[in-house]
Amino acid sequence: MPEKPKVAFYWCASCGGCEEAVVDLAEDILGVVNAVDIVLWPVAMDFKKKDIEARPDKSITVSFINGAIRTTEQEEWVRLLRRKSQFVISFGACANSGGIPGLANQFTREQILKFSYEDSPSVSNEAKTRPQASCQDEGHALSLPTLHNVVRSLDQVIEVEYTLPGCPPTPKLIAGAVTALLSGKLPPKGTVLSPDIALCEECPRKDSKPADLALAEFKRPHSSPIDPEKCLLAQGFTCMGPATRSGCEALCVKGNMPCTGCFGPTSRVRDQGAKYVSSVVSNIVPKDEAGIDAVLAGIPDPIGTFYRYGMPKSILRRKVDLS
Amino acid sequence: MSEKRRFEPKIVAFFCNWCTYTAADLAGVSRIKYAPNARVIRVMCSGRVDPQFILDAFAKGADGVLLGGCHPGDCHYAEGNYKTLRRMRLLERMLKGMGIEDGRFRLEWISGAEGDKVKVVINDMVEKVRALGPLDLPGRAKGWDKELEALAHGVRKSEDKKEPTHA
Repeated sequence: MPEKPKVAFYWCASCGGCEEAVVDLAEDILGVVNAVDIVLWPVAMDFKKKDIEARPDKSITVSFINGAIRTTEQEEWVRLLRRKSQFVISFGACANSGGIPGLANQFTREQILKFSYEDSPSVSNEAKTRPQASCQDEGHALSLPTLHNVVRSLDQVIEVEYTLPGCPPTPKLIAGAVTALLSGKLPPKGTVLSPDIALCEECPRKDSKPADLALAEFKRPHSSPIDPEKCLLAQGFTCMGPATRSGCEALCVKGNMPCTGCFGPTSRVRDQGAKYVSSVVSNIVPKDEAGIDAVLAGIPDPIGTFYRYGMPKSILRRKVDLS
Repeated sequence: MSEKRRFEPKIVAFFCNWCTYTAADLAGVSRIKYAPNARVIRVMCSGRVDPQFILDAFAKGADGVLLGGCHPGDCHYAEGNYKTLRRMRLLERMLKGMGIEDGRFRLEWISGAEGDKVKVVINDMVEKVRALGPLDLPGRAKGWDKELEALAHGVRKSEDKKEPTHA
């Protein structure tokens, strides 16, 4: 019997939802488990770093890596997995473009540590203790990873063969990727494993999107009732559909919530947030500065809204005046 | 020549074909002199200028970006400059949020007859950006990525000769 392909799963700066997505394969996961040898999966199985280090280079067929690169430890792990793997799949929004952790690129490391360990209302830390890179305890030297100054996507640190978009990627897309890998029918390197077209194309509300949007106000889902049938943009919600890649089958819209853009842009768009400004904001009604500003006041946090999953991969990458 | 050389800002200027570019042409044939810092890119309409172009100009080393279009009501394509205005009102807020100072991006309406306004706007912008100093985003990005070179332990250095992709 030929040797089974070896597969690794690893997580970096992420919430664990991507691991959940693998489990969401439900019974299909049994087929996958039968077809491959899992050599690393910290969330579910007990393997150590030295197990991976002991493997010959390129001996892992494919590593699925989720999460943004935030700490020295994550960087070290992904470099190790790169060396040991034939293919690396960037798995989910955080690995692909920084995701929610990427929003930290609006702040310095010092601001983040100070808030988290001193200023946050739920913190009680009189001594202002912070994590240290190394310390001594009963004669043992202990070390901790340190935070990078900048949050990065996986492909800003190591070379990546394929990208699975989503927060998290859907079971259907994961199954498609695994099937392609197991059958050896591989798409060209660099492929994003999801249709290269805007989400509006597969949206069930597509027919109710008017040719001329003419937005007189922007609404937010927590403060306005949402019509479950009508195009969310036409209702004035900042639905990211026009600037977002399809493939999720409009999951959020089907749940009566606007798209927040987790699949990232299509291949023709370099900067998802700027493109959204270009397409949707040009369609508001007023023509004078005061009127325009009044409508745009309905978007209190344009950066957090339009770069929710992608600041590290945006053109500017981070707030530019931070050290 | 003991004096330190004055900082010369690089300004990328997107001018619409029908008004502002014509005005720059008029400034030229009228032999109006103005600061040589603007690199003019002719576009058919200010509405063709995607906010991505402006971010890209900054990311590639521009110290300032000037966008010139027809006065409201005068657009050759009827509505293009209104679309520009709406986009840029929000983009200006976003630039500020991302740490790019006021004055590095400027939107101006300059008609085909206003050759002199080309001079006034460019000269004024060059002085204001000169006072702000270099933006140098390519240099800053290099500084940010030094921390990636710093990690030497654990993993063999021979791998990953490839540059990290920022494209």
